[in-house]
Amino acid sequence: MVLNCRHVWKEISNYIEGTVAPELRDEMEQHLAHCRHCAAVLDSTRNILYLIADERVFTLPAGYADRLHARLQEEIEGPPSGGV
Amino acid sequence: MDFKAKACEGGPPEASAAEAEAALVRRILAGERHLFHELVRPHERGVYFAAYSVLKNEHDAEEVAQEAMLKALRNLASFRAEAKFGTWLTAIAINEARGRLRHERVLQFSSIDAPTEDEDGEFVPELITDWREVPLESLERRELREMLQQAIASLPENYREVLVLRDVQDLNIAETAAALGVSEGVVKTRLLRARLRMQKILAPQLASKRGGRLFGLFKKGTGQSWF
Ligand SMILES: [Zn+2]
Repeated sequence: MVLNCRHVWKEISNYIEGTVAPELRDEMEQHLAHCRHCAAVLDSTRNILYLIADERVFTLPAGYADRLHARLQEEIEGPPSGGV
Repeated sequence: MDFKAKACEGGPPEASAAEAEAALVRRILAGERHLFHELVRPHERGVYFAAYSVLKNEHDAEEVAQEAMLKALRNLASFRAEAKFGTWLTAIAINEARGRLRHERVLQFSSIDAPTEDEDGEFVPELITDWREVPLESLERRELREMLQQAIASLPENYREVLVLRDVQDLNIAETAAALGVSEGVVKTRLLRARLRMQKILAPQLASKRGGRLFGLFKKGTGQSWF
């Protein structure tokens, strides 16, 4: 079977995960070596995932941890659970 | 952090960390309740973003994160040690957040926009012929961070949840499935669609020429890169 572009897109997420079977992976890599569109789709998708994994993209609200632990402390010091 | 390396690991969690966590849980249940601070500290960020992935709102996400932590403390005796504590906590946060969202939708008489699983089977990514890597240093630019946040916020809820848990928080597929209460197959399907949608939204904006012109990121005269 010869892979077309749609087959490659369908498996691109699993390919990034590293979970496609070796045979399919080889076929995908042959396709990617010759298809500029699919190679760019793979590169751009991987690049975007790399960017969104960075801690600078989503930051916690200022004071979040302090407020959280203060609230937890109230609960910890309060009466044992059950009487909510 | 190398994304490829991260994506390939997926092995069992470090036994020692899981044992330390189980030991903490036992001590808290035996009465040392102050240790709960220590137990949840590694999960503060994850719980907040799990809630945020559903709610897309900082204030609500913080409230839900607090509620989820309190619920976990009150129900710690029902935590089963075969699950990872972080996954259990994330599942509580997701459920709390969904509950709040449903409640708000009922109040607003609005409909739930969750896509069906077989939607857009023929999804076509953005077909560019050349991709110029956007380096991590570019994240110093607020425009880029906002562009990424907006792209994630624009995804349908089902897709946003898997993307945030798997690709932002770095849970593995099994943990993501457990936290969301769906099968691993469903996670993989949604992940494919979420990732391709992100590519479709962002690739045209980030492709160096257009992104550079849009955000004034080219150095005068060079016309080349994000810096
Ligand atoms: Zn192709």
